[in-house]
Amino acid sequence: MTLHPMIAALRKHKAGVVLIALQIALTLAIVCNAIFIIYARIQNVQRPTGMDENNLFLITQQWVGAPSGDDPASIQKLDAMLREDVNALRAMPDVESVTPINSMPLFPSSWNGSIALKPGEELREGNARTTYYFGDESLMKTLGLHLIAGRNFSAADVTNKGFRDPAEANMVIVTKALADKLYPHGDAVGKAVYLDGSNKPSTIIGEVERLQVPSVSSWASSFVWNSTIEPVRLNSNFSRYAVRTKPGRLDAVMRQVPSTLYGVNPMRVLDDDSVKSFKDIRAEAYRADIGMAALMGVICLILLAVTAAGIVGLTSFWVGQRHRQIGVRRALGARKIDILHYFQLENLLIAGGGALFGIALAIGLNRVLMSKFEMESMPVYYVLAGLAVVVLLGQIAVFVPARRASNVPPVAATRSA
Amino acid sequence: MLGYYLDLALRSFRRNKVLTALMVLTLALGIGASMTTLTVLRLLSGDPLPHKSAQLFYVQLDPYPKDHPFSRSDKLPWMMSYVDAMNLLHAQRAERQAAMAMTRVKLASTQQRPFFDDGVMTTSDFFSMFEAPFQYGGGWSAADGESRAKVVVIADFLNDQLFGGANSVGRNLRINDQDFRIIGVLRHWAPQPRFYSLYLGGPNYGKGEAVFLPLQSARAAGMGPMSTMSYAGGDKEVLESAPSIWLGLWVQLPDAAAMSAYRSFLAGYARQQVALGRFERSRFGLSDLMQWLDSQQVVPGNVRMQTGLAFSFLLICMVNTVGLLLAKCLRRANEIGVRRALGASRAAIFAQFMAEAGLIGLVGGALGLVFALFGLWCIRQQPAEYASLVHLDGQMFACTFAMALIASLLAGMLPAWRACAVTPAPQLKSA
Repeated sequence: MTLHPMIAALRKHKAGVVLIALQIALTLAIVCNAIFIIYARIQNVQRPTGMDENNLFLITQQWVGAPSGDDPASIQKLDAMLREDVNALRAMPDVESVTPINSMPLFPSSWNGSIALKPGEELREGNARTTYYFGDESLMKTLGLHLIAGRNFSAADVTNKGFRDPAEANMVIVTKALADKLYPHGDAVGKAVYLDGSNKPSTIIGEVERLQVPSVSSWASSFVWNSTIEPVRLNSNFSRYAVRTKPGRLDAVMRQVPSTLYGVNPMRVLDDDSVKSFKDIRAEAYRADIGMAALMGVICLILLAVTAAGIVGLTSFWVGQRHRQIGVRRALGARKIDILHYFQLENLLIAGGGALFGIALAIGLNRVLMSKFEMESMPVYYVLAGLAVVVLLGQIAVFVPARRASNVPPVAATRSA
Repeated sequence: MLGYYLDLALRSFRRNKVLTALMVLTLALGIGASMTTLTVLRLLSGDPLPHKSAQLFYVQLDPYPKDHPFSRSDKLPWMMSYVDAMNLLHAQRAERQAAMAMTRVKLASTQQRPFFDDGVMTTSDFFSMFEAPFQYGGGWSAADGESRAKVVVIADFLNDQLFGGANSVGRNLRINDQDFRIIGVLRHWAPQPRFYSLYLGGPNYGKGEAVFLPLQSARAAGMGPMSTMSYAGGDKEVLESAPSIWLGLWVQLPDAAAMSAYRSFLAGYARQQVALGRFERSRFGLSDLMQWLDSQQVVPGNVRMQTGLAFSFLLICMVNTVGLLLAKCLRRANEIGVRRALGASRAAIFAQFMAEAGLIGLVGGALGLVFALFGLWCIRQQPAEYASLVHLDGQMFACTFAMALIASLLAGMLPAWRACAVTPAPQLKSA
């Protein structure tokens, strides 16, 4: 079969051809960008934090009528209250490990700064941005982090300080990502760094494999894996504790926490949000991303359905219009399969043309999104996959009317249209 | 005549039920998606104080050193230091002016366990400048602020929660373990977006703050701002004298003359600070409320992306409708031929097909409204801070039908044009 008569026939239906091609082009452009967005979101959501995320929860509480934390005596009083809480939590049945902590990966609270290799340098450029976690010697065990070099803090290393005290710890544990940025030769352990423009060095005593920063916002995207752990109990009128329970005992322990803490000291604020499993923290952090991915997915499906319906509608009309010509072709010896192939090939031509235009549109749309929404450049295979999808969709959509066309009997040639 | 066209349209719908249903459905889906996202976008990018926004201006100065600028893209800092805010406030060059910072407060009453809520630390002009209406009592005076009086204005929802909505003026409220005397209770007041709080660490949308405290009194009681930034090294213990920015300053300037006068006052102030060695750059910013919201990009990227997606979807639905309408009307070439032969003018044929398209638009709009209501219901189930505020109002209701009608008429134009170009003679012969 040559293409020439087919193109001649399509010339008679310019408007219809252009409309189908345009619809396919727009569908291709939107669907492949939407799928790229979905993929990016899902990848974001699925990245592991570096912690052992099961059997882990976080407590946030505030004391009522607590000392101000502005003078050394009241800081020591606050520290005693904090240790009292930690000891009570550690004594609970089914609790494996507890640490005081200021935040957690994916939790909406963070303490950010930067690390430099020289004293007194508050780095904006060239310095490594980082998020600080403050906890005691149990932090590694509680969060389930993997130490890959150096050592963990010992109980003797842990100090305490007031929330607003700018003094920095003598030693830190950093993530591998941060260590490699500061010391690219992989020999960070034992070296000195300066935190937040301090003049006093802090020694890197260990490296952990991976630990995500709390924020999942775009402003933190440049230092997602740059975490620093300091062996410090932060004292203020509020405190947080991370708790790891024995496997399967999470819910039971979480239910017991309010009564245990009120038992230690009833003068505190503990509300519904105060005791939160890491699973819930993760779900809340990524809810918007998942919602967006789901919405994009639904719109894509509806879009493909609408486009398919449009192709069915218009092709059905053409089949009806060419009823007599089909009869003539059949009478002249064309087989059913030839008629079927004719409509399929015709659709392939239109869809192919539309898809070529769609590729340009898809890439253009991606550029617009990149400039407005901090998106990345879409890899070529998305466009190619989108091309395959719309061409296949066209073939499936055209099959029903094309089969009806192939069933036109040769005798139709003798009847008037 | 229109009645006759509509009758013809209904007959043609009945002949092609599937095709018509398909057109109505695709149009309704497109309209439903667009209206849902548009309603959200309108809420998020709306004018919080429509009568007054043109008179309200946000002031920015730049105390950052040249070699350590606030932002790499040379934006002005979005907060102000206490010293600058007080200097500008005491100069009294605007009709009204107020400095403010957000804070988190622990509230306690005798009946309940203590709980947390948001508060504003601000100066006396806040209520009159932002037109916050009082239910009982009133605001504090500038003198109250200077004398660190322990007074507080509370929001309606806090008054309902703690005092059952009764007049609580004169009663005490325990805030961060200290007693404050209630001197005013606001009526419901929650402009959206939360234009004065969003860049100070507060939420962008939502119910608003529970308590309003005089800035100096709150600071004396140990309350701190939600957000602070330092522009230089030095002692950061006392925020009032620290090289830190943590306040927002709004001024009310009634007309263009007042604005240009204030602008030159600000320029003079910034130059003076450079001369004094406090600043290295004499830049300043004076943006009106809507410009300020725009520059802060308060509308979340996700929402803008969804709106774009919904309108592209509507565009595809329209292209689809054009194709189906075209197919439908060309199939009726015979009927057109007969009508033309019986004396119908081209304009009459055009009008007939436009009426048919319009009818599809109206039905699609009605169905689209159902989809939009469903979409908005889904959004209200989301955890976003603006979710509970999303509702379809009368204007958006009318807009739904207008958009559906316009979309369908646009889609109907090409098919109607083709229909009226049909020449009667060949059609009659072949029939």
